[in-house]
Amino acid sequence: MNTLTSEPTASPAAPSAPELTTPIRVFGVGNAGVNLLNTLVDNDADQVSFIAVNTDPASLATSAAPLKLPLEKSRWRSLDAGNDSEREPALAEHSACLAAACRDAKLVVILTGLGGVTGTGISPVVARIAREAGALVLACAVLPFHYEGSRRQHQAQAGLERLRAEVDGLICLPNQKILQLIDERTALLDTFKTANARLTEGLCGLLRLLTHQGLIPIQLPELCALLQGRHVESVLAAAEAHGPNRAREVVDRILAHPLLDGGQALATAEAVVVSLHGGLDLALAEVNRVMEQITRQCETAQVLMGATVDMAFNERLQVTLIATPRSVEVPPAEETVADEVAGRTADRSSAEAGAEPPLLPQVSRGRAHPLPAPTIRPSEPRERMQARPVDSASRPRKTTTRLRQGTLPLDVISRGRFDKTEPNIHRGEDLDTPTYLRRGCVLN
Amino acid sequence: MFDSSAIFVGLEVGTSKICAVVGEVGDSGVPNIIGIGQCASRGVRKGEIVDTARTEEDIRHALVEAEQMANVEIRTVFLGVTGSHIRGFNNRGIHPIVSDNREITEEDLQDVIKNAKAINLPVQNHVVHSIRQGFLVDGHDGYTNPVGLLGSRLEADMHVVHGNLNRLQNTIGAVNKLRLKVEDIAFTGLASSLAVLPREAKEDGALVIDMGGGTTDVVVYAGGSVKHSGVLAVGGDHLSNDLAIGLKVPLGRAEQLKIEYGGALVEENIKGQTVDVVNDFGLPLKTFSLENLRRIMWFRLEETFDLVRRDVEEAGLYDYLRAGVYLCGGCSRIPRVAELAEDVFGLPVFIGRSDCLSGDKSSLSQPEFAAAIGLVRFGANRRPTKRRKKTFAFRLTHPFQDLLGRR
Repeated sequence: MNTLTSEPTASPAAPSAPELTTPIRVFGVGNAGVNLLNTLVDNDADQVSFIAVNTDPASLATSAAPLKLPLEKSRWRSLDAGNDSEREPALAEHSACLAAACRDAKLVVILTGLGGVTGTGISPVVARIAREAGALVLACAVLPFHYEGSRRQHQAQAGLERLRAEVDGLICLPNQKILQLIDERTALLDTFKTANARLTEGLCGLLRLLTHQGLIPIQLPELCALLQGRHVESVLAAAEAHGPNRAREVVDRILAHPLLDGGQALATAEAVVVSLHGGLDLALAEVNRVMEQITRQCETAQVLMGATVDMAFNERLQVTLIATPRSVEVPPAEETVADEVAGRTADRSSAEAGAEPPLLPQVSRGRAHPLPAPTIRPSEPRERMQARPVDSASRPRKTTTRLRQGTLPLDVISRGRFDKTEPNIHRGEDLDTPTYLRRGCVLN
Repeated sequence: MFDSSAIFVGLEVGTSKICAVVGEVGDSGVPNIIGIGQCASRGVRKGEIVDTARTEEDIRHALVEAEQMANVEIRTVFLGVTGSHIRGFNNRGIHPIVSDNREITEEDLQDVIKNAKAINLPVQNHVVHSIRQGFLVDGHDGYTNPVGLLGSRLEADMHVVHGNLNRLQNTIGAVNKLRLKVEDIAFTGLASSLAVLPREAKEDGALVIDMGGGTTDVVVYAGGSVKHSGVLAVGGDHLSNDLAIGLKVPLGRAEQLKIEYGGALVEENIKGQTVDVVNDFGLPLKTFSLENLRRIMWFRLEETFDLVRRDVEEAGLYDYLRAGVYLCGGCSRIPRVAELAEDVFGLPVFIGRSDCLSGDKSSLSQPEFAAAIGLVRFGANRRPTKRRKKTFAFRLTHPFQDLLGRR
């Protein structure tokens, strides 16, 4: 392989890399990722560095990110094909500059849009490099609209599986759900804009949660302990309200958020992170009220809450919510790792061993259920592969698909007999819709 | 035989049934129930008429049945109204006492009541009731009849129940088409409270929940007068609809399942039990989990009670409910619903029975007739009978016996 050609492309990144001393790095990968990053860069945060990674020079040129890593298109296309023989050398060339950008980071957030070429192909690699550099990796993946075609959907799903294997926490932002918020005559461009605005709202809240230390801080290790090793898609939602009734309104809004599936996501959540962001006038009663309402929706979940105060948020109240669903018995992610890159496991686990020790106390304290955490991996993989050679390929995947399909009919909520009557809206809920559907009760 | 003025008929046009109750006011002054007629309602949704022809037919059936049972001819009725458009709020009127000796006179009283009734409502709204709660003299509360007292400022508290005029007229119109005169209309929640609440409960403070087929009517009494009222457009129909959606059965079947197997609580021992549904020939059609059925019902009932509780709490009246909660309407027939309500409200819960009236006990003890029976009582209170000889003296000593002021 001609390593020399890739050297110059990586070189602009290499010299600027050592400047990064911030504990949090946010990568925008691919066109969608870079676009999302642009909206975030405006929201300054002195603990966060923004890095744009893309194969498209035009997209990078418009990016507002202070650090840009251009990559060569032809090489990365081969990654997308998933061919390991071509992948390894390509990885070696680019990993150097990516690793430099990840150095000394505590948390790496990867923003990407799945379904295309760049985002789908590169983001798992970025995630892996970041993990090898000792950081915790949180990925926020935007899934395509249904109308973008089934091929894109398949690619996105495949990308998601690969990404899930590499990251500590994965947050899914399905565009299709945003569609419910947009009325029919909206232009396509505006649709994307609205979708982006919705996602940015959530991401801003996430960053704020990590960077602003406030009233009731959420420590990074605590958050990671909660997300770590789950290997399931979390849901991220944010809502804002102002005025005297903001505590009630904000709860109504967040519970009606399309990404929460009408409360379904909360009801089935195992861990929920709630972050409140208010001005100097944020009252304890309001925090209490919001938390009371939210915890009521997720009684079985482990709830981690934080509250921050910011002058700019006077008279406003923003709530950001991350809900992590119950992980399936054997995370399919591990199987993917075992099938696809069995050889890689050894050096991965060694890298993890390096990252783990400082976090261990939090992990054991913060976790409610014993989960197959990455810490047990060094000795496990071989045993597991031997123990159930058939299972690993077929069974766990089936369970996940079945679970996912079970929630589909809930998208269309029927009002039955009251279909044509005047809507019965009470505190933001339509009382004509069966209560058990609104509360997200799963009938067995 | 009977003087027509001594007969009062209460008519409730409900979502699940239409009910007419005939009462006769005897010497004791307490209505005696002499006839009840009912008919399944087919043209009403959430307490409001959606099919006039069918509703008229159903009303006629109910009235004919009541006439036959009571052996009277019905010409006028007191009509119950409900629907999500009905709201209640409290208003206060102020009147300065300007006379030299500062004595409060009957005229002052009428003036202050007039002021309290003068409220700003949208044009399309109509006041159903304005109920006197009490008077304040110079800012001191607790006067029920301040005539003759001295003071410089008289205030009156009123509870006003109002609704959308057109929607109220719809129900009245359906009755008028049957060549019947509607003597007066009353909010069904209020009527139910007249039927089920003993006098002590009104004094101690009580919450009356009339959970019928299409609406849940709420009235709060405290200190002897109505303090709060409201309507939630959720009722037994919603339970059936939830079951129809949740168990994937037709609405009629869901209704039947609700009646046969329904319950407000998910008991431990029903977990894993199943229910078979058979068709007309006795062949099994479908099997349901009883737990699912109960859970769907529990969710709806719990939510409804919770909404009522929040409503009462927001009105600041929760702490006044010393006598507890009185449930009536068809939904209070659901097994163990009182236990669920006790859980939600944290108060003693009673199934409302119209024990404060005399008459046919078997019908009086049924909570679903509470509204219609209450309407008879409302009518009897509204129009004191002429033949009583103490009328004039009675009026003098009890000028406010008629607490339900004219609209």
